[in-house]
Amino acid sequence: MEKEIVIKAEGVVKKFGDRTVLNGINLDIYRGETFVIMGGSGCGKSTFLRHLIGALKPDSGRVSLLGKDLSKLQEDELDAVKKKIGMSFQSSALFDSMTVGDNVALPLKEHAKLDKSVVDIVVKMKLELVGLRGFEDLMPSQLSGGMRKRVGLARAIVMDPEIVFYDEPTAGLDPIVSGVIDKLILDLSKKLSITSVVVTHDMKSVFSIADRIAMLYEGRVLEVGTPDEIRKSKNQMVQQFVSGSPDGPIKFFQQKDDYLEQLMK
Amino acid sequence: MNFIEKIGDSVIKAAQQARSVLALFFDTLYWLVAGPFKNKFVKSDSIFSQMAFAGAGSLIIAAFVSFFTGIVIAMQSAYQLARFGANIYVAPMVAVGLARELAPVLTALVVAGRVGAAIAAELGTMKVTEQIEALETMALNPIRFLVVPRFLALLIMLPCLTVLADMIGIFGGFLVGVFNLHLDPYRYMTFSFKFMQWKDVWTGLVKSVVFGITISMVGCYTGLQTKGGAEGVGKATTLSVVTSFILIILFDCLLTGLFYFMQT
Repeated sequence: MEKEIVIKAEGVVKKFGDRTVLNGINLDIYRGETFVIMGGSGCGKSTFLRHLIGALKPDSGRVSLLGKDLSKLQEDELDAVKKKIGMSFQSSALFDSMTVGDNVALPLKEHAKLDKSVVDIVVKMKLELVGLRGFEDLMPSQLSGGMRKRVGLARAIVMDPEIVFYDEPTAGLDPIVSGVIDKLILDLSKKLSITSVVVTHDMKSVFSIADRIAMLYEGRVLEVGTPDEIRKSKNQMVQQFVSGSPDGPIKFFQQKDDYLEQLMK
Repeated sequence: MNFIEKIGDSVIKAAQQARSVLALFFDTLYWLVAGPFKNKFVKSDSIFSQMAFAGAGSLIIAAFVSFFTGIVIAMQSAYQLARFGANIYVAPMVAVGLARELAPVLTALVVAGRVGAAIAAELGTMKVTEQIEALETMALNPIRFLVVPRFLALLIMLPCLTVLADMIGIFGGFLVGVFNLHLDPYRYMTFSFKFMQWKDVWTGLVKSVVFGITISMVGCYTGLQTKGGAEGVGKATTLSVVTSFILIILFDCLLTGLFYFMQT
């Protein structure tokens, strides 16, 4: 069966000043799969994610979401695409001034003409999915980091999106909560057959959730493959990243000047 | 970079900032006017909560400032006028001075320090914690959602506060006139209103409308431009207050000049 491509990135280049953050990224992501984008800090993976959700525009190349070229859309059309995607943020990005229930309900209230009682039911269902039913009236500041992440997740899926993006979903969480979040991501993609795009450098979580993995390095895609293919990869850099070894082709030190020269100056 | 280049550089930067703030202003007007036609209304409850915060919340401090300002103008002008035996002219001095100048400017400065700073801090925090980005991802425009309610709240509440400041300041001057200068209360009030014209009041209110727009736009702009964590939020807040203060004084001078030359 021919797989349907829901996200297509073609030659995406992005520069911030003199620094080239993305240097020609090509990627296809298929419907229903859980696709993990991994790479070291500063490799451009978060920036790339921002391009996929239309928050940043590439300097050259293009990003298509659900068959629509994002750079060619008018604001209204872009909004229509955005309603079909959800995003879970690294810092959860819950609105501090609203209760948990209002946070989750916000997209529904704004975009769907639904009765308040219907909205309440949908909010309860989504909070049940993330295991937080009954927390509707708490404020985000009363929740722990893991709970905030889960509320953010409930908010990301409240509009029944076709694609959900996760920016470092397990960063800063303890191993058990990380495991819970991983299981949630898997559950959501299987139960609701959502396409999931996860940006992370947590290797344990990568191999437990991914259908396919892309490794980014210095703004380029090093390798794309299934978890098995990545584990057996012959690429030294991929191997170093997977094993987390300090020695290898990827250098930790990023100074441009010669050390000795700088000392003697 | 030499001295002249530095000056040119900062002028260009200031011009760019001014253009961005103006762009934000026109975006705000767009959402205010065109939003309802696109069936994208601004939430009335968020407007009301902003009005309660900006208006009712600033009431006591604005009243405090204008009450004592009224007393001070009365005493300072009595000090001069007593030499000519013209104590009764304290009354119009206080009324006209407050309505034209001091009530709008001092109220705006108080509100810039209280509300403008709060707007910059709140939006700045939302920016650095990805909340603004979250809104955009949900296809909710931050300008419609956050800027328009704050803009409307200040546009409506600052003139209201100014009218109140006018009255409370006049009352402060009245107390000095009656109890310290032993002027007849009835005569004091008749003199106040005999010399105060409608023009004095409405020019003051025009000023306060301009100040209200300035405070909300500067607060929202600096908030939305915030970068770099808690330190960035602190900087944005300071920048918002300082910029608002400078612009309020600058616009006050321009408007006073305009009204002055309109008269002649």
